[in-house]
Amino acid sequence: MPETRGTTYDSKIEGNVIFTRFDAALNWVRKNSLWPMPMGLACCAIELMATAASRFDISRFGAEVMRFSPRQCDVMIVAGTVTYKMALAVKRIYEQMPEPKWVIAMGACASTGGMYRSYAVLQGIDQLLPVDVYISGCPPRPEALLAGLMKLQEKISSEPALRDQAPRLAEKLEEALA
Amino acid sequence: MRYSSVSTSLRFAQTERPLWAAMTPQEIFDSLGQAFGEKLQHKTEFRGETTYAIVTTDLSEIAKFCCAQLSFDYLLDITSIDNFGEEPRFEIVYHLYSMPHGANLRLKLKLSEEVGALDTVSDIWPTANWHEREIYDMMGIKFNGHPDLRRILMWDGYPFFPLRKDFPLAGLPSDMPDVAFTKVTPLEGGPFVTVPSTAGSKDREPRARPREL
Repeated sequence: MPETRGTTYDSKIEGNVIFTRFDAALNWVRKNSLWPMPMGLACCAIELMATAASRFDISRFGAEVMRFSPRQCDVMIVAGTVTYKMALAVKRIYEQMPEPKWVIAMGACASTGGMYRSYAVLQGIDQLLPVDVYISGCPPRPEALLAGLMKLQEKISSEPALRDQAPRLAEKLEEALA
Repeated sequence: MRYSSVSTSLRFAQTERPLWAAMTPQEIFDSLGQAFGEKLQHKTEFRGETTYAIVTTDLSEIAKFCCAQLSFDYLLDITSIDNFGEEPRFEIVYHLYSMPHGANLRLKLKLSEEVGALDTVSDIWPTANWHEREIYDMMGIKFNGHPDLRRILMWDGYPFFPLRKDFPLAGLPSDMPDVAFTKVTPLEGGPFVTVPSTAGSKDREPRARPREL
């Protein structure tokens, strides 16, 4: 059993201490520093670029670190028409991303195939990847992408971070705290 | 040479004075007629643009003459048509343009499915390389002497030729493990089309719209 001590008033740490659940703290850290994997495949990618630029400024939501490497990414933004030729490449890049990871299907094409009812176009990236947020529009405005990002943040903050992502660590913590 | 600055692709014309240097567009077509006569089977004029029907075996010869002697230095496009149910089935159209004269010329030829191949013109106009690859990819027509006849849009090993008329609009299922796969697309009874109007997006958006009888 861990030892418990009564705390007395300490003016040095007043205002610098918060009490919260570990899950909530972890989620708060994660959701405010989502590093996107820009999977720009068509015109939606232009709106994605606009979202990252100064007027809309995705860095207000902590998601401005877009690098063309999946190794440090948290959320894949599938922006555009996924052709069958590209589909397995998208899946492969998704599999290279470390856990925990999320997927935003940006626009009509990535969500459903959009207007391309065609022999060449995958009818929605959700046939290959687990999509968390779908954004409507053809292409969606940057505001819509930001709204989708905020929806994803809401989703992340309501997820049990440890139980889903690191069950063994969660067990150890529960034992230690019991 | 008057037009030496624009004749970079006229490799055949560099040794001697080209015929077209002192010719009008009308004289150009006349000289084409003189050179090939019966080989130009059928001539049509529409809005100042001339179209000749030729046969497959004459293509290389006529194309070389057009490029080198008549200054048709720009191959705008090569198109292919599938007249499914007719014989010969395919029709190929070469769209030529002359930079010095501003003249257009079309060469049309027909090709049966059994033959299925014709000579490349990529040695005459290098731009034909990709055009012919696209025709091979979409229609399955082969080009003899092409330096690199691979599919250009679909992947190597895709078993169909999607722009043929007997290929269904919804596509056909295929699978190449670790490369790509295709599925049949849900078409809901027709091609997806938009309706241009000032109506709301619910009425305008692409969806299957069966033709009203």
